[in-house]
Amino acid sequence: MSAPTDMRHRKLHRLAALIRKETRQMVRDPSSLAMGVVLPLILILLFGFGLSLDVHDVPLAIVMQQPSSDAVGLSEAFRLSSYFQPRFMHALPAAEQLLVSGKVHGILYIPQDFSSRLAVGDAQVQLIVEGSDANSARIIESYVEGAVGTWSAQRAAEGLSGGAAVAGPVNVETRLWFNEADESRYFLVPGLLVLVMTLIGGLLTAMVMAREWERGTLEALFVTPVRSDEILLGKTLPYFMLALAGFVLCVLSAQFLFHVPLRGSLWVLFGASMLYTLVALGIGLLISSAVKNQLVASQLVALTTFMPALMLSGFLFDLRSMPLVVRLVTYVLPARYYVKLLQNVFLAGNVWSVIVPNTAVLALMATGLAFASRAVTRKRLL
Amino acid sequence: MFESLFRIVALTRKELLAVLKDRRARLSLLIPPMVQALIFGYAATYDLNRVPYALLDEDQSAASRELVAGLDGSGTFQRVADLRSAAQIAPAIDSGRALLVMDIRQDFQRQLLAGQQPDVQLIADGRNSNTAGTAMGYVSGIIGNFNAQWRADHGQPAPPMQLIERAWFNPNLETRWYMIPGMIGTLTLIQCMMLTVMSVAREREEGTFDQLLVTPFRPHEIMVGKALPSMIVGTIQATGVLVIAQLWFRIPFAGHYWVLYAGLLLFLLAAVGMGLLLSSIAGTMQQAMLYSMLFIMPFSLLSGFTTPINSMPGGLQQFTLINPLRFAIDITRRVYLQGAGLNLLLPDLWPLALMAAITLTAATWVYRYRPQ
Amino acid sequence: MSSASTEAGAHAQRAPALLARELTRRFTPKDRPVVTALDAVSLAAYHGELTALVGPDGAGKTTLLRLAAGLIAPDGGSLAVLGVDVARDPQQVQDRISYMPQRFGLYEDLSVLENLELYADLHGVSAEQRAQRYPALFEMTALGPFRTRLAGQLSGGMKQKLGLACTLVRQPELLLLDEPTVGVDPLSRRELWEIVQHLVDDQGLTVLMSTAYLDEAERCSRSIVLYQGTVLTQGPPAEVAGGSAGACFLATPPPGQSARSVQAQLLDRPDVVDAVPDGGRVRVVTRGAHGEAAAQPLRGLSAEPVAARYEDGFMQLLQQRVSRERTQPLTIARPLSADSGQLAVRVQRLVKRFGAFVAVDHINFEVRRGEIFGVLGPNGAGKTTTFRMLCGLLAPSGGELYVAGANVRTAPAAARQRLGYVAQKFSLYGPLTVLENLEFFASAYGLRGEAKRARIAWALQQFELGDRAAAVSAQLPGGYKQRLAMAAALLHEPEILFLDEPTSGTDPLARRVFWRRITGLAEQGVTIIITTHFMQEAEYCDHVAIMDGGRVLAQGSPAEIRRRGQSAATPDPRMEDAFIAIVEEARAAAGRDAQAVA
Repeated sequence: MSAPTDMRHRKLHRLAALIRKETRQMVRDPSSLAMGVVLPLILILLFGFGLSLDVHDVPLAIVMQQPSSDAVGLSEAFRLSSYFQPRFMHALPAAEQLLVSGKVHGILYIPQDFSSRLAVGDAQVQLIVEGSDANSARIIESYVEGAVGTWSAQRAAEGLSGGAAVAGPVNVETRLWFNEADESRYFLVPGLLVLVMTLIGGLLTAMVMAREWERGTLEALFVTPVRSDEILLGKTLPYFMLALAGFVLCVLSAQFLFHVPLRGSLWVLFGASMLYTLVALGIGLLISSAVKNQLVASQLVALTTFMPALMLSGFLFDLRSMPLVVRLVTYVLPARYYVKLLQNVFLAGNVWSVIVPNTAVLALMATGLAFASRAVTRKRLL
Repeated sequence: MFESLFRIVALTRKELLAVLKDRRARLSLLIPPMVQALIFGYAATYDLNRVPYALLDEDQSAASRELVAGLDGSGTFQRVADLRSAAQIAPAIDSGRALLVMDIRQDFQRQLLAGQQPDVQLIADGRNSNTAGTAMGYVSGIIGNFNAQWRADHGQPAPPMQLIERAWFNPNLETRWYMIPGMIGTLTLIQCMMLTVMSVAREREEGTFDQLLVTPFRPHEIMVGKALPSMIVGTIQATGVLVIAQLWFRIPFAGHYWVLYAGLLLFLLAAVGMGLLLSSIAGTMQQAMLYSMLFIMPFSLLSGFTTPINSMPGGLQQFTLINPLRFAIDITRRVYLQGAGLNLLLPDLWPLALMAAITLTAATWVYRYRPQ
Repeated sequence: MSSASTEAGAHAQRAPALLARELTRRFTPKDRPVVTALDAVSLAAYHGELTALVGPDGAGKTTLLRLAAGLIAPDGGSLAVLGVDVARDPQQVQDRISYMPQRFGLYEDLSVLENLELYADLHGVSAEQRAQRYPALFEMTALGPFRTRLAGQLSGGMKQKLGLACTLVRQPELLLLDEPTVGVDPLSRRELWEIVQHLVDDQGLTVLMSTAYLDEAERCSRSIVLYQGTVLTQGPPAEVAGGSAGACFLATPPPGQSARSVQAQLLDRPDVVDAVPDGGRVRVVTRGAHGEAAAQPLRGLSAEPVAARYEDGFMQLLQQRVSRERTQPLTIARPLSADSGQLAVRVQRLVKRFGAFVAVDHINFEVRRGEIFGVLGPNGAGKTTTFRMLCGLLAPSGGELYVAGANVRTAPAAARQRLGYVAQKFSLYGPLTVLENLEFFASAYGLRGEAKRARIAWALQQFELGDRAAAVSAQLPGGYKQRLAMAAALLHEPEILFLDEPTSGTDPLARRVFWRRITGLAEQGVTIIITTHFMQEAEYCDHVAIMDGGRVLAQGSPAEIRRRGQSAATPDPRMEDAFIAIVEEARAAAGRDAQAVA
């Protein structure tokens, strides 16, 4: 055997030994298995079912001062809608009391002269919404507008007064591409995947590397022919596999429990996810190699991965509407690119103009992290 | 009794010293919540102020231009492309260049003048359907204005029925007003609970817990001595976020401070109680970390902070009843925005008190009887 | 490759395997002045030899070994290991040497065999070599029966042996060992030594080891004495011992006086370098020159001159450097009546089970007031478990337990106020300063106001902590930590003091001072219960119990225990011989019983 081949052979041999060791430890330590497989599963289930921005069964007080046939007809439209849970009342102050105490989220006030003014084409209906939760409030407003619109269109069709042109003359015909049914779960579940992969990737490696520093196992390991890149790779690969297992479970539940469509190719999904897992593991490795302390490493991972991935990745909140400084911060976050990728692969399909640049950034980040971890993990104690 | 109090003060002092002594540790407890409040305060909004859209104006008439002018003049919508054919719609949306495409058909003006009701088609990128829905809502509003103007200019009657909308507590429906008060609890929960869980696990792992147990400390004194420092840190963190909300984001505070702090203290007590219970079960720091993550993540996501509790399925709504953050967020929002008093907050306060009582008692019990 | 270099090593018999010239290494702790761990040190260790590195805490032993292993970089000078400049090419050195750090980082969740395989793989040991090497390693370490056991479940001594085995999976050109026998019981320590000695004698292994046991240094072919980053002497151990030749005596205490009190009196004299109780008599090293002048301090005692040992020479050597701090024995504010009739601790049929495992198996003993009671035993004998039960940290599974007259099970809080506990590991709050720790523990024991101030001032003065009162505890040197832990445990003037291996890992000087304090306390009526792995230290005790496998094997005064070790081979046994004899006899008996049952 020539010398370089021999060197490479030995290197592989050492790497295999480290991977074997790490895998054994992983399998024997229930907490890392729990973190890699159970935690993601619990999270995706809890959040997949629990997170939704869809508003339904809105408790709504309908205050009708005089139950004229017109007023009753209008209120019927709400009773039949699945969006509302109406409570019929007669006095405004009582309804306002309910609104303040949070028992209803809106009041539809139909005044005494509703019927008579409707006849002359000058009727007013008042909607008071509880505005604290502005997003829900806006959705409630649009639902109420829709219900009132439907009702008046019906009257118009029946040729009654008060029908027709509430909204005219220009009508808006809307189409929501990629998510025709307007299910918030469709975009929340891919986002959750990002959240879960970010957290477990970071936590897994952050804890195991810091643990080796704390327990002093590295001191003896350093004084062997092993190279620091081998130590890092030996750490990364087993946890990479573990994180991928967690990922597969999440994808399966997205498909079969939450019925989120997968319109792009499976290859892109896996390719991008493997890249992102590497980035997440790399962040954990970098943090723990730098601080060498489980307590600090775990706090840092929790602070630098979970909340930013929730708030700044574009998973929930639109990035374009953030101020420039905050937007610049988001460019540093790998989660931002992965959210883009997943929302595309799941909902839109293989849109190469999105996939290529975002994947490229992730690849760049993975490489950068690898070099940084390599630079931080020198075979030195101080 | 007096002796007991004396020992508790000593333990609290020691804990605070141990946590806050190091300048780095001090900063790591105080800075992150405030920085997060600042950044997330800007980020956490469902409101849109930059919506890129593409226009497909097949009519190219005065009326269509007037409609589009309403959009362009709003400040929110930025036209990023003028499309020439329907075939260009898909690329514009797919690439994410435009969030919306407005398609005005060929005989738009003719229909309008003829008293007919032309359709304008809005195609939105549903990859984030919430953002898309909000953007479409904005467009509908602008078209509504156009309609009113058109009717007035062309002598058409106003609609026979008007819906007058008003929003209480947040007249402009700014989500920031809703999000930032919610952060007071959310941002304190993570570090406050982890601090508690880790402080006990660390004493166990470093062997100092034994040294503590051979002193005359009684289990409940240790509990209180461990709970107080975390609560003090939590209160300081919450105050930091509150200061940012008021002085930086200038969100008007409608209630009384003492009501807010009363609610916050009860929340911190419940959260710290849970932390103590977890720490009495966890053997190592790694386990403590895992357990606290297992609780903190669902607590912070299923709290009504980002998505409404009413949108959850029934079973999970029940689950949120053991989530102290859910009540804390409700309290902070209602005191902050609605000026709610204690009587209105009772439904939030008693579950927190109950949680604190149960967890603290259970934790003390486990400490006393836990097999070593 | 390895065979070629062993050959090369054999040729150049006296070529240095390690050569340091003007080697300097400094550390800069946070907000504290720079510490010079090694100050322009020049030294050498030779091929085929066992070289010992000795010296008190903070001498720079670990720093030197870490520099040699390429784990830290020097600030000045040069260090060649196997002819390679370590600073320039640490990897080449790491490829060829083996290193066992003080806390060998075994993977506790891997089995014995898996740990071994890992290191064999990393060193690229071939399958044939393994087939040859493993049986020998298992035979040497007696770990054969445990190859599938997880490393975390091994006793301390077995862990050390496994650590050593991991460094020996192939024949290194140089073996670096950092205090391999700290915290290891005498039995395991002897076994470890036999392994190393065997490898050096039979296979020509080159070893550089640091140790706190001076009898180990005596057995090396070369010793290097470090003190505060400088070399005091290097050469054959006999040279060190020779430094105190003619100044060593064995004094017999006059009737009615204990060896301990005579030793204490002698140690306080300025013309005495060292005094330790030894087999009922007192071994003394005097400052004087040879002959009459040397025996001057011993007038009035019947003393005979004895041959100097390494330890004697070592103490002599250090005395020349250190202006000896005359440690005043501790004085407590209210001396307890040393009414030796009263019982301080009574243990009857005490049992502790963890599942099916019986950690403490029906033990009985009594400790009188003002007594020093020593508990000796191999790692895993149940000593710490017994301690934890005595302190109320662990509920017994059965039996009776009276501490300071109270039943620990029914009145733990009252009993706790009257006892002090110093754990095996430093267990005060690391981030807090010395003063803050003392203040906390004073308050914890209900002290306040003037009383608290007075006690803290007492502790700072008695334990010589005053100059470090504002230092962060975690950053204190080992000796200071141990004193701080003692001070904290004595603030409330307990009647009984529990000390779990307080002298493990501390140097001979610090141990002398420690025992001077302890014996002073006992004289004032404080009851001391202590465990130790230094068998000579048992001589300071009034009574000793030897434990193994959860049972008390022998109990009595040190003299009584020693007598049980008497045999034809050892007519005048030392405590260590007796200990080994008692434990081995009991184990053999247990083995016979097990066989009989089978």
